[in-house]
Amino acid sequence: MKNTAYDSPLLTAPVLKARNVWKSYDDGAIPVLCGVNLEVRPGESVALCGPSGCGKSTLLHLFGGLDRADQGEILIDGAALTAKTNMLSILRYRIGFVFQLHNLIPDLTLRENCLIPTVAAGSERRSAMLRLEELAAAMGILHRLDHRIQKLSGGERQRTAICRALMNSPGILLADEPTGSLDEKSAEDVFQLLITLTSSEGVTLLMATHDRSLAERCDRMLEMRNGRIDAES
Amino acid sequence: MILWRVIITNLLRHRTRTLISVSGIAFSVAAMMTVITVLQGAVGMFSGLLSSDSEMIVFERNVSDLFFSNVSNRVFDQITLWPEVTHADPVLFGIVSSPDHPIITCFGVKASDARLRKAIWRKGSREQFSEHEDGVVLGERAAEFLKADQGSIIPVGHGAFSVIGIIHTSNGFEDGGVFMPLHMAQQFFHKDGSSVITIKLHNAEDRIVFQKKIQSAFPDLVALEDGEFNRSYSQFRILKATAWTVGGCGLLLGGFGVANTMIMSVFTRIREIAILRVNGFSHLQISTVILAEALLIAWAGAVLGLLIGSLLLIGLGHIPSLHGYIDATLQPGIMLLILLLALLTGAVGSLYPALYAVRIRAVEALRFE
Repeated sequence: MKNTAYDSPLLTAPVLKARNVWKSYDDGAIPVLCGVNLEVRPGESVALCGPSGCGKSTLLHLFGGLDRADQGEILIDGAALTAKTNMLSILRYRIGFVFQLHNLIPDLTLRENCLIPTVAAGSERRSAMLRLEELAAAMGILHRLDHRIQKLSGGERQRTAICRALMNSPGILLADEPTGSLDEKSAEDVFQLLITLTSSEGVTLLMATHDRSLAERCDRMLEMRNGRIDAES
Repeated sequence: MILWRVIITNLLRHRTRTLISVSGIAFSVAAMMTVITVLQGAVGMFSGLLSSDSEMIVFERNVSDLFFSNVSNRVFDQITLWPEVTHADPVLFGIVSSPDHPIITCFGVKASDARLRKAIWRKGSREQFSEHEDGVVLGERAAEFLKADQGSIIPVGHGAFSVIGIIHTSNGFEDGGVFMPLHMAQQFFHKDGSSVITIKLHNAEDRIVFQKKIQSAFPDLVALEDGEFNRSYSQFRILKATAWTVGGCGLLLGGFGVANTMIMSVFTRIREIAILRVNGFSHLQISTVILAEALLIAWAGAVLGLLIGSLLLIGLGHIPSLHGYIDATLQPGIMLLILLLALLTGAVGSLYPALYAVRIRAVEALRFE
């Protein structure tokens, strides 16, 4: 595992923090998270493992502000997410999302899909294009920029999704089963690129995955079970 | 650019649906444009007919239609002597028919009438006008559809009249009408006066004075300025209101079409909207996408509709049986107003879909395939 060391207490302050977080669906009938506590420090890569329905994705959604916790606190960069938090700003500049299903717009090209976050953020087009070329080159999809999503392989689509998530240089990447829909070879390639790229960009990675072999290659691997974080390795 | 691509891509993704929606707006706009232009043209022609070289119109108070108004010869005789009046032209309106032409407008006028003075005489001359007991002058279009020439005998109503002249005027109603000497028209229509008297004053500032004199001397009559008459004449108002209401209903239906298309559009791409949300799109940006799609549909429909409407009007203008009764001149002001109304309809039609779109919860939309 990669060894991440920070000397300054300020730098080691967690960028993601869950404090006694509870979440259930159907008015409490389906409990999903039952008092989760978690801290992720800057630049760390953390894997959340566990069976389906254990709450991995829900926890990622809470960190991304896509959902609200019933109880407890979710903190980004030390600030608790509340109804008054400017989630738009966080989604645009601080957090990038990668999903199991790539969630790209199929009729648009790879280039157009990747530029969507920059349009949302109102970025200058020229610098956005340079950033895209830089990321696409790193992901090995530079030659596919003007291809429609339908023409890309599963691996290429997921690389595109990662590319898109990093376009606005977010400090945090939330990846929900990013290799879950890929074959073994593609999954290995995509994961390696994900780790390499987040590491080189200094991005904090919180990833939900079933694949323990991939999870073990992150800085930390957390085991979730029955809505709680059971163990850390 | 990307935003534009998202908008266009979605419209092209469901081409048939988009086309149906554009067609809905297009036919509504075409119908609205045709109805309004034809009726506005008719109103314009009729008001032009009344205001030919005059500033004021005198007619019977509280009549529902000028055809029912009767201003006696005595009134004309007195008004002519008033110092502020340059000239007064009594006009008797009547509807006559001939074989194959159930409605022909008939004008009973004096030879000195401005309509005859200003007309271009194709055949005959104004001096001959009242010399003939049964002589009538035809507008150029009336001569065309009645297939008559100078010297022809034409059956009109229960009588037959010889054509002593053919004139061309810029007014469609006049050009499609029959001009009779006033005394002959009075006899023919069993009236002892005229429908209106159009008045030309020496000094335009004397209008109020003239109105007051009419009110005082002839309480059963009313004198209105031309513009005032056009605004207040109930038939004009009814026609205009009908035209805009019919056109508006058509556009409303088109608007429902746009709303339906946009609702379907939003329903079928909830996931896509959720993706945009997760990638930082604000409510305003999402709404803008939906609004722009609706406006694009409305704009395309409006442009197509204006084109269809223009072709329809040009076609109507070439139908011989409608000659003289339809002023199918394209009116840029009306076209612009209809275009704006169509865009407004599109915008209103996108309100609910946009509201629905911004309420989509990304977490739910992305959870399931």
